[in-house]
Amino acid sequence: MAEADRRPLVAGPDGGAFGAVLGRAIWAVRAYCFIAAMWVRSTMAYRTSFAIMLAANFATTALDFAAIMIMFGQVDALGGFTLPEVAFLYGTSAVAFGLSDLLLGSAERVGRRVRDGTMDVLLTRPVPVLSQLAADRFALRRLGRIVQGSLVLGWAVSRLELEWTAGRVALLASMVLCGTVIFGCVFVVGGAFQFWAQDASEVQNAFTYGGTTLLQYPPTVFGRELVRGVTFVVPLAFVNWLPALRVLGRDDPLGLPDGLDLAAPAVALLCCAVAGAAWRAGLRSYRSTGS
Amino acid sequence: MSDARAVGDEEDASGPDGACGVDTAGAAADADAGFIDVRELTKTFTVRRRSGLLRRTATSVRAVDGISFALRRGEMVGFIGPNGAGKSTTIKMLTGILTPSTGRLRVAGVDPWQERTRLVRRIGVVFGQRTTLWWDLPLRDSYALVRRMYRIPRARFEENLARCVELLELGDLLDVPVRQLSLGQRMRGDITAALLHDPDVLYLDEPTIGLDVVSKARVRRFLTTLNAELGTTVLLTTHDLSDIEHLCERVVVIDQGRLLYDGSLGGLQEAGRGERTLVVDLEYEMPPIAGLEGARTVRTEGPRQWLAFPAAASAAPLVSRLAAEYPLVDLSLREPAIEDVIARMYGG
Amino acid sequence: MHLLRLHFAVALSGFRRYATYRVATAAGVFTNTVFGFILAYTFLALWHERPHLGGYDQSQALTFVWTGQALLAAAALMGGGFQDEFQERIRNGDVAIDLYRPVDLQTWWLAADLGRALFQLLGRGVLPLALGSLVFDLALPASPGTWLCFLAAVLLAIVVSFAVRYLFALCGFWLLDATGLGALSGLLSVFFSGMLLPLSVFPGGFGDTARLLPWSAMLQVPADVLLGTHPGGAAAGLAFQAGWAVVLLAAGRLLQAVATRKVVVQGG
Repeated sequence: MAEADRRPLVAGPDGGAFGAVLGRAIWAVRAYCFIAAMWVRSTMAYRTSFAIMLAANFATTALDFAAIMIMFGQVDALGGFTLPEVAFLYGTSAVAFGLSDLLLGSAERVGRRVRDGTMDVLLTRPVPVLSQLAADRFALRRLGRIVQGSLVLGWAVSRLELEWTAGRVALLASMVLCGTVIFGCVFVVGGAFQFWAQDASEVQNAFTYGGTTLLQYPPTVFGRELVRGVTFVVPLAFVNWLPALRVLGRDDPLGLPDGLDLAAPAVALLCCAVAGAAWRAGLRSYRSTGS
Repeated sequence: MSDARAVGDEEDASGPDGACGVDTAGAAADADAGFIDVRELTKTFTVRRRSGLLRRTATSVRAVDGISFALRRGEMVGFIGPNGAGKSTTIKMLTGILTPSTGRLRVAGVDPWQERTRLVRRIGVVFGQRTTLWWDLPLRDSYALVRRMYRIPRARFEENLARCVELLELGDLLDVPVRQLSLGQRMRGDITAALLHDPDVLYLDEPTIGLDVVSKARVRRFLTTLNAELGTTVLLTTHDLSDIEHLCERVVVIDQGRLLYDGSLGGLQEAGRGERTLVVDLEYEMPPIAGLEGARTVRTEGPRQWLAFPAAASAAPLVSRLAAEYPLVDLSLREPAIEDVIARMYGG
Repeated sequence: MHLLRLHFAVALSGFRRYATYRVATAAGVFTNTVFGFILAYTFLALWHERPHLGGYDQSQALTFVWTGQALLAAAALMGGGFQDEFQERIRNGDVAIDLYRPVDLQTWWLAADLGRALFQLLGRGVLPLALGSLVFDLALPASPGTWLCFLAAVLLAIVVSFAVRYLFALCGFWLLDATGLGALSGLLSVFFSGMLLPLSVFPGGFGDTARLLPWSAMLQVPADVLLGTHPGGAAAGLAFQAGWAVVLLAAGRLLQAVATRKVVVQGG
């Protein structure tokens, strides 16, 4: 674990820069885990309160789906997609977003921490700032959304008359995993942005909560420009739209080159690189301006 | 470093004992003399102000303006100045939070900005006005987190915790969530958290602010013991001069980002009785006023001139001679800078 | 007279307090606009399949969406507003100090919340609606009379919203942790105000019941007044809102009286 303290550039030839980076990453995750675990323990001290918040979290998202059910009480298809198909989109979007919200949702508190000065406290500890920030007030109640999304997803899978080949199952697993990573990157970039604009935390709601709402509906519902934007600018389309079209055996409305629907893992990695760079830049800016 | 040094003679920055080899990095800089070594440190901020409906102008503000000082290992030094003097900016640079604009900085041989994570293992920081503890967790859990973050071996952790708990009388408070603690209890809890990893340097930012007399005394007694028994180097900022009187032999005074005084507490009062300044506005620009006994012109700016004279002397004879011999428009008397600073620390 | 001036001053300070956060306001406008676009497209698809769903034509449905975004912050449909601060004061006991003020607790907070709402209507409401009307074909009325009725309906929507949130916040006197209740209040108002879907689209008896609940006065009724689609006309809509406002404010006073007796007896 000693390498974890060193910066990658000063690591000796034996360990190599890669070893140092890996060591730092492991330490960052470990630190995240023990801070989060402490918060879980502390939440469990107030069981009733936790149960109520969990239920509220579940109900909030359940009402979103209730609205979709009401819509389908009036129509048979939306943008050419049936209810099970929309439920499939809803489930994958909600689970991926729910997981990233659980793991990294606290990163949206950057602006507040800069304003009240507690960002400085994080900088005086030997643990990556992002680990501390993301694990702070780790909120297990956010499981509510994940559970609700999973239920909808399970229902959709049982209703869709698809043959669940190994390929489809793998694609579904990769959707949830890559979707979580992509949404997580949105949280981190949003947090980094707040180093410059401390009061603008609500902008990121447009991409996080707005993003998951968007992805709950079929891409055919939206204007081509909007779909293009969430494919190439903020690559949310890779969370579920593009891979889901393949799972559901549908044509993609943008007529993108074949294989792009399998690119989600690559896109997720790219997002990580961008988010990492944005976070470093934000933190560096904070450390040079103090605001 | 015990002799009082006049303000501004920066060539003497490395200290009276000549502190050889402070420039060579590494082990030498870790030497006791320059344990904390600050050289020509500046920090410039860009402040954007609205200067019209849409236009914004950027001005740069020097929060810290060429400060130099050094602390020996095991010293306990007071760092004082009025609000906005640049104290907390300096502390933030010393703790690796902020990056300096220019200058050289070493704490225990480490460059705080470049090697923040290495540095923070060797320092402890207490911010008086905000806690570093977890608001909703009991003290005990906060300490458990500190142990894992700093990877403190369990035996050493238990030992350090037991010592702090005993000396700071925290025994009954360990299971209370931080938000339920009083200010004084929280401060004691914060100090403990900052010491569990055996730091070589402890920064205290206003450690007694808002505390009652009993808590103040307890904290001071603890700091004295800590410094004496473990040799921890302590740098503390405070608005309470009695903290300094109880704890520090040496004070560093800064104002408007500049070092005004560095020396013993007694010397501070001496320096306060240094020179006073007479600001003279003449009708027109003139060569520097000369030939007045006991006074010398230290600065001219257009028709305005600054005359320094001993603080003990009366200004009256000087003023009457000026009025008789020069085209005088206006006069004002300035108190010595240090006294000014101290006055502003309390006058608000 | 003196009391009126005092309340006016409280409202003004509520307005000013929110007006200082320019960046936050701009961020809110951005987010409201993004959500407006997402909802507008889903409504377009829905009304494409079923024209005249819920008695609205397509541009009326779109107008409903943007009206909702305009009122979201002002009527605190997703939470926010005075109650967080009020609940905190109940929790830490500072409310006992408030009770000694020469001003009534309820009207004090009402004034403050009206000030906030007025700012958020201007700062966060007008712009998304204007942007929406530039991009989509909205059914905005031409008659100034309809707009005046709409403004009255908005004011009443804010008052009803305040009255509901006040009732929920007062429960903090009896519950140790009122955050769960706050969450419940938020999700009820999002769903039953028509924020997700107009209540006129809700099916059968469920829809009819939803339209009688107080939350319908927060968005459904103002939108119908603006669109001229309120059954029984705008006057009936305003009367419905005013009725709920009176009932809920009175209930708030009653609950407040019980709560303050509890504070006085227990000493906070």
